[in-house]
This record gives sequence, structure tokens and C-alpha cells, in this order.
Amino acid sequence: MLKSIERWLGHLVGVALAGVIHLLTAPRIIWMGSPPGARQRVYYANHTSNADTVLIWAALPPTIRRRTRPVAAADYWLKNRLRKFFGTAVFNTVLIQRDPNQRGDDNPVAQMSDAIDEGSSLIIFPEGRRNDTEAPLLPFKSGLFHMACARPEVDLIPVWIDNLNGVMPRGEVIPVPLICQVFFGEAVHMAPDEDKEAFLTRASAALEALIPVQEDDA
Amino acid sequence: MKGEMLDLMRHLAWVGVLLLLASLVSEVLAQRPRIKKFAPVARNLRARARGWWTMAGVVALFYLPGPGGVLFLFAIVSMGALRELLTLTTRHKADHWAFVASFFVVLPIQYLSIWFDWYGFYAVFIPVYGFFLLPMLSVLRGRTHRFLSRVAETQWGLMVAVFCTSHLPALLYVDIPGFEGGNLLLTIFLVLVAQSADMFQHAASVAFGKTPIAPVISQSRTWEGFALGVMAAFVLGGLLSWLTPFGILPAAFMAAAIAGCGSMGRLVMAAIKRDRGVKDWGHMNDGQGGFIDRLDSVIFAAPIFFHLTRFFWAV
Repeated sequence: MLKSIERWLGHLVGVALAGVIHLLTAPRIIWMGSPPGARQRVYYANHTSNADTVLIWAALPPTIRRRTRPVAAADYWLKNRLRKFFGTAVFNTVLIQRDPNQRGDDNPVAQMSDAIDEGSSLIIFPEGRRNDTEAPLLPFKSGLFHMACARPEVDLIPVWIDNLNGVMPRGEVIPVPLICQVFFGEAVHMAPDEDKEAFLTRASAALEALIPVQEDDA
Repeated sequence: MKGEMLDLMRHLAWVGVLLLLASLVSEVLAQRPRIKKFAPVARNLRARARGWWTMAGVVALFYLPGPGGVLFLFAIVSMGALRELLTLTTRHKADHWAFVASFFVVLPIQYLSIWFDWYGFYAVFIPVYGFFLLPMLSVLRGRTHRFLSRVAETQWGLMVAVFCTSHLPALLYVDIPGFEGGNLLLTIFLVLVAQSADMFQHAASVAFGKTPIAPVISQSRTWEGFALGVMAAFVLGGLLSWLTPFGILPAAFMAAAIAGCGSMGRLVMAAIKRDRGVKDWGHMNDGQGGFIDRLDSVIFAAPIFFHLTRFFWAV
């Protein structure tokens, strides 16, 4: 009973959040070579803002959104009751342990594979943390590679989020309305005999290729 | 009071008839264009005419509770326009406070002071107080790189999206002797003339255009189109003078002023788009661009029209 109320409330908050992010960022959503569809996918995106997950999630059509689960750090999302509510009831995140010593039996790749086997799509940030540098992308962690090895049939879709860090730069509390763009690229798959290094470089390049031509900002 | 309301209603009914006519003509023209090169013009006219009905419906809905409703509507429009402009400006996260202040302090104060009819304040608030406040907020964050570009572009965005735009609903609060209760018609006059002038200019450029005003920005905006557009607006203004307290000839001159400012304003906004490499300011669902794309000429004409009206006709 309590569980179902929490789920229902989570769903409601999710719809409200998607509405707020649409109002703030009026996102322009561009599907380049991979139309939104019911196929199972792993969306991998650049990470510059806490709201990245929400924006990708809100950019997906509602029917797909419901079956798409962000992958996120357990230590962050289990810190207090409010975060736990957002992490589980609103986003239904796949929670993974970042610290290998605390993992116990839970192996992140196995957790993600399980979620895929249950029929979900996933959102992951392969850089592993927020990028505060001037470089467009940090080097990818190996998670994406292991994921691609474990479930080679699943489409890996690069997603470039443009301008969201302008809406609420790190350390700020009040967001400002600015238009954002979300580019969904063409699916990437593991090539036969491809090694980790080569695959991650290729996946990273596929994401970087989505970056729109930038004006030289201050 | 009742007499005034009836009068306003009768005028609005006539505006409705005009819109209906324009819509009919546009639908017919777009269905079977007589001359091939006018086909895009006809389609553009149809898209606009359809947009006008949406606009008229929304404005009518917000006018139900009174002028304050329309003022609120334009505060939202300003917010949308400012969002589009600041998205394209030179900026850094050191400008975040200035942006927060622009959206959540400057914009509400501008519209509230119109609501309270503090003309002496809202006419100078952004050009004077905003001009000092925002660079201060940016300088406190201590980043100097491209400082002048950053503060100048933020200020310019506020001038266009908030200051200029707010002068359209401000027309509702101008006291014109003998025209009480009819101010909504002035805003309709402004929008109708500015939008029609755009269209006349477009059509005339296609038909007679030879000399582009600024070839780098647009090949389709020509001096011939500009001149004919302003002349057509002059005639239209005379024909629509019953919407205004001006009288026929002054209404015609006002309309020419609106058309001149509006056309040049459009060109200015097109130059910014060209420089930033975008086709449209925003991306609303109907493919007509954003707030600024559809209101640019009105936004630029609004302050001039407002001040001319106030200077010659208000108490």
C-alpha cells in the first residue's frame, strides 16, 4: 500500500519535473540517425550538470521514458530520505557502488545487465563524474566497454546535451531559463575483436561528433 | 461605462471581420497561387493568418480580467524572448547573478511598474537602473575576460526582450482624452500594421525587388520592398484610423513609422541570427520559430509608437 502510494507520488513528481525542465530550457530535441523507438537502448551522455539525467529523461517520449532507468551512484542517492525518494520512486535508478571495496557481490555491469534483461533502457554517463574542465569530454571509464561486451545486441546511443550547464552552473542554486539542445546520435555497437581502448575512443568520438559548432564564448 | 464597452466590442467585431477576410484570402491564395514565384509568399501569408487567430484568441482570453491580464501575458512573452536572446549572447558563469536578476528581478519590476502606471519609472528603469545594476553583479564575480561584450550583450537583451516588448501592453495604460476604454485597439493597430507591413514588404520584394538593403544578411529584403511596404502601411494606417484616436492622416503617418521601425528591427534581429549561425530564435511546435521570430517587428516598433502616441495625444 505504502509502496504503491510512493510509486504513484514518484510518477506525479516525475511528470512535474519534466514540465519544469521543459519550461526552463525549452529543449530542442534532435534525433540524428536513431529515431525514438521502443528498441532497448543504452543512452550515454556528456555530464556537466546535476540536471543532465532529468533533461535526457524529459526529452524522451513519455512511453519510452517510463521504461528508461538512469544509472547512478548509490552513495549519492541513498544519502537521505529525499534523495532516496527521487532516486527510487521518481527515476527508478539502477544504483551502483562507486567504491569497489563496498561493492560486495554487486557488480555494476551485472546490475546493468539485469536491468536490461528486465526490459529497461538505461542512461549512463561514461565519464564517471561531472566535467568541470574546458575539454568537451573527460576520458571514458571502462563501464561502457564492459556493458557493450555483456550485451552486444543493445544499441548504444550517444547523447550530447548542449547548454544545460549555463542554466545552472556548478555551485549556483537558482536556475535561469536558457534554451538547451539534446542531440541523439546514431547507434554504436562493439566491432568484432575491438579492444577496450579502441572501443572507448570510438564511442567518445561518436559523442563528440554531435557537438554543434560553437561560438567562442567568454 | 456600458457605452464604452459596447463601442470596444463593435470595433473588435470589425477587427474580427478583417481577420476573417485576410484568412479567406490567404487560404485561397495558398491553395492555388496564380503566379509561381508568389507561392512562398502566399504560404507565408497563410501561416501568419493562422497564427493571428491563435494570437487574437490568447489576447482575448487574457483581456477578460482586464488590461492586467494582457500585461501578465506579455511578461511571459518577455521571459520567452529574453530566454531566446540570452541563449545566444556571449556569457560566462560569472554572469549567472546578472542573468538571475534579469529574469527574476528586472523583468517583474518593469511589468509591475507598468501595472501601477509609474510612467516616470518604467520609462527609465532598464536604461538607467538596469544599466548600472547588472554590470555591478557581473563585476563582483571578478572575471574580466570579454567583460564589455558580456555586460553589453546582457543589457541589449534586456532592452529588446523586456523594455521594448513591455511598451506594447503599456499602451493599455496611456490616458488619451476621449479614447477611454479603447486602448486595446491601439495595441491591435500596432500589431496589425507591423505584421501587414512585413508581408507587404515581402511580397513587394519578390515582385519588384532589385537592390538588397544588406546583401550579406538577406537577399530577399530590398529597398524597393521597404519603400513599397512603408507606403502600403501608410495607406493601411489611414484605412484603420477608426481603431485610433489619431484621425486619418496622422494614423497613416503613425503606420508608416511603425512599418519603418519594424522592418529595420527585423533586419537587425536577422543580422544577429546570421552572426550566431542560427536560423530561428526559438523552436515552437508549429515551425514558425520562437517568440522573437514572430514578434521582432512589433517589438522594435512598440516603444516608438508608444512615445509618439503619448507625446501627441496623451494628457
